[in-house]
Amino acid sequence: MTTTPTDTSTVPATTPDTAPSPTSAPPRRRRARLRGADQERASWRWALTAWVLTLVFVAPVVWMVLTSLHTEADAATNPPSPFAPVTFDNYLQVFDRGAGVFLTNSAIASGVSTLLVLLLAVPAAYALSIKPVEKWTDAMFFFLSTKFLPPIAALLPIYLIVKRVGMLDNVYTLVILYTAMNMPIAIWMMQSFLAEIPKEILEAAQVDGAGFLRTMWSIVTPMISPGLAATALICFIFSWNEFMFAVNLTATVSSTAPIFLVGFISSQGLFLAKLCAASTLVSLPVLIAGFAAQDKLVRGLSLGAVK
Amino acid sequence: MSTTTAPPSAGTRQAPTPVPPARKLASGERWRRRGPLLPALVFTIVLTQIPFLVTIGISFLNWNVLRPGDKDFIGLGTFNSFAGFSNYATVFTDTRLRHAVVNTVVLTASVVVVSMLLGLLLAVLLDKKFPGRGVARTLLIAPFLVMPVASALLWKHALYNPDYGLLNGVLNWVWQLFGADQGPVVDYVSGTPMTAVVAALVWQWTPFMMLILLAGLQSQPADVLEAARLDRASGFQIFRFITLPHLRRYIELSVLLGSIYVLQTFDAIFTITQGGPGSATTNLPYEIYLTMFRKYEYGEAAAAGVVVVVGSIVVATFALRTISSLFTEEHTR
Repeated sequence: MTTTPTDTSTVPATTPDTAPSPTSAPPRRRRARLRGADQERASWRWALTAWVLTLVFVAPVVWMVLTSLHTEADAATNPPSPFAPVTFDNYLQVFDRGAGVFLTNSAIASGVSTLLVLLLAVPAAYALSIKPVEKWTDAMFFFLSTKFLPPIAALLPIYLIVKRVGMLDNVYTLVILYTAMNMPIAIWMMQSFLAEIPKEILEAAQVDGAGFLRTMWSIVTPMISPGLAATALICFIFSWNEFMFAVNLTATVSSTAPIFLVGFISSQGLFLAKLCAASTLVSLPVLIAGFAAQDKLVRGLSLGAVK
Repeated sequence: MSTTTAPPSAGTRQAPTPVPPARKLASGERWRRRGPLLPALVFTIVLTQIPFLVTIGISFLNWNVLRPGDKDFIGLGTFNSFAGFSNYATVFTDTRLRHAVVNTVVLTASVVVVSMLLGLLLAVLLDKKFPGRGVARTLLIAPFLVMPVASALLWKHALYNPDYGLLNGVLNWVWQLFGADQGPVVDYVSGTPMTAVVAALVWQWTPFMMLILLAGLQSQPADVLEAARLDRASGFQIFRFITLPHLRRYIELSVLLGSIYVLQTFDAIFTITQGGPGSATTNLPYEIYLTMFRKYEYGEAAAAGVVVVVGSIVVATFALRTISSLFTEEHTR
């Protein structure tokens, strides 16, 4: 995301001098000096407002992490005790309760589906940008429209079909569903990255005698690799967080991380600190992926509409 | 996932003319170009269109798993009898389902509007340089990245819990600061269930809105803003007459995409309220889930599913039109 600093607040009503004349240097310099103090105060207030709002907004996340580092007793005090001693015991207990299996399932479902969606989407995006098929925009909008319809409407037939072919409680069922779920995002993102490659470069490569594979490998791949990584991360995030199919189509063997979390509600006694530890743990991969891809995040979320 | 109709004509009408020259391609070349597209296309059609066709089929059947029938439905199970449109009649007359429709509209509209306004506020703040702006932006994305189920559980247990939740804890702390023995004990989830769900979802979706609107703010042409400033426009005037009109399509896009995603909300309801108390927070996806896996009324659930799809198509048509106009601008620039 490129930044265009737009100081909207730097037009204070207090500028006393005449109309600015960009050609004459001295008045401008004087103006800048006069404005300096006001501007500094304004931007200081601006920063304070922004930071206070930011901190209020992320407080629940901070609280989650903090609670995960306290004992159950300290986590359940009222008023809250944010400065209670820190312990990593909850994380150990979360692993004792079998978090590993769920995390492995999540990793397979998200990882394999991300790989699969890229294998299908990159060639498709190529056929929608560099060497486009006729009516390529129609194809683009067809893919996009599949993203807009509620998965709940497909749950019953998918459940019946999956049951019929004996693939209930199988992590590869989730792999296939997540691949379809992320296909529109992957195609739209990859199309927008491939379309940014200047045609001249590809033509020049051709003139220089590079074959198709060589062009792909030595020219296209390096140019799109940041986009490819961002697309992969975003598909990974959506699969990792998916709940509806996972909760309805898996049972004991292939449940994913969100199902592990829901399992905590039923426990007796105090569970808040362990729940927060588990929540932090399962959110961590996505937080890392999201921060890594944050510059391209908006492109993925808006399905390529916003760069 | 799920399904689709052909792209709405609104989308295609404004779509850009294809990039390649309009010359006719030879048939061999045409198929060579289609080759790389086909696997993804076939995969998507099979996985999204077939389930939808099956849903339509089931919506015309009387099929309750608790009363096994003897008629075979394409090898997927046995149903009792054909229902005609009676499942659809049930969907539109059943009070539970009507209630779910109202809840869905209230939930979606309030989450989208509030998170859009908050997102706009944060985007305007982040559009200006200040110390630590990059860090603030990174932090602000976090609520969107926390696993939705985790964030729902976090709100329900760590924030809303009447005894040890953070909200009542802070109230208690403030009250004690002023000498009272005990702060008010508010039960957010039972007392105001819809507000509780909306607040948790607003928190989750505000970063999404913020990111889209921030991208819109930062795509403003710098020279126009500079000219306005030289003309002594006030900060408010610039925002009202230059920024807002420029942002309009980004606002539309964030609202429409947000509506489509929030309409599908399932995890927050499942986790925070289970649709209750009573059916106070049961939205359509959750109601369909209950009809399917608690009442085992497959026919009714399928009919409700078809209705949700039709509703989504209406919203999606507008969304596609907005995306298409941004897309067109991109390609004609």
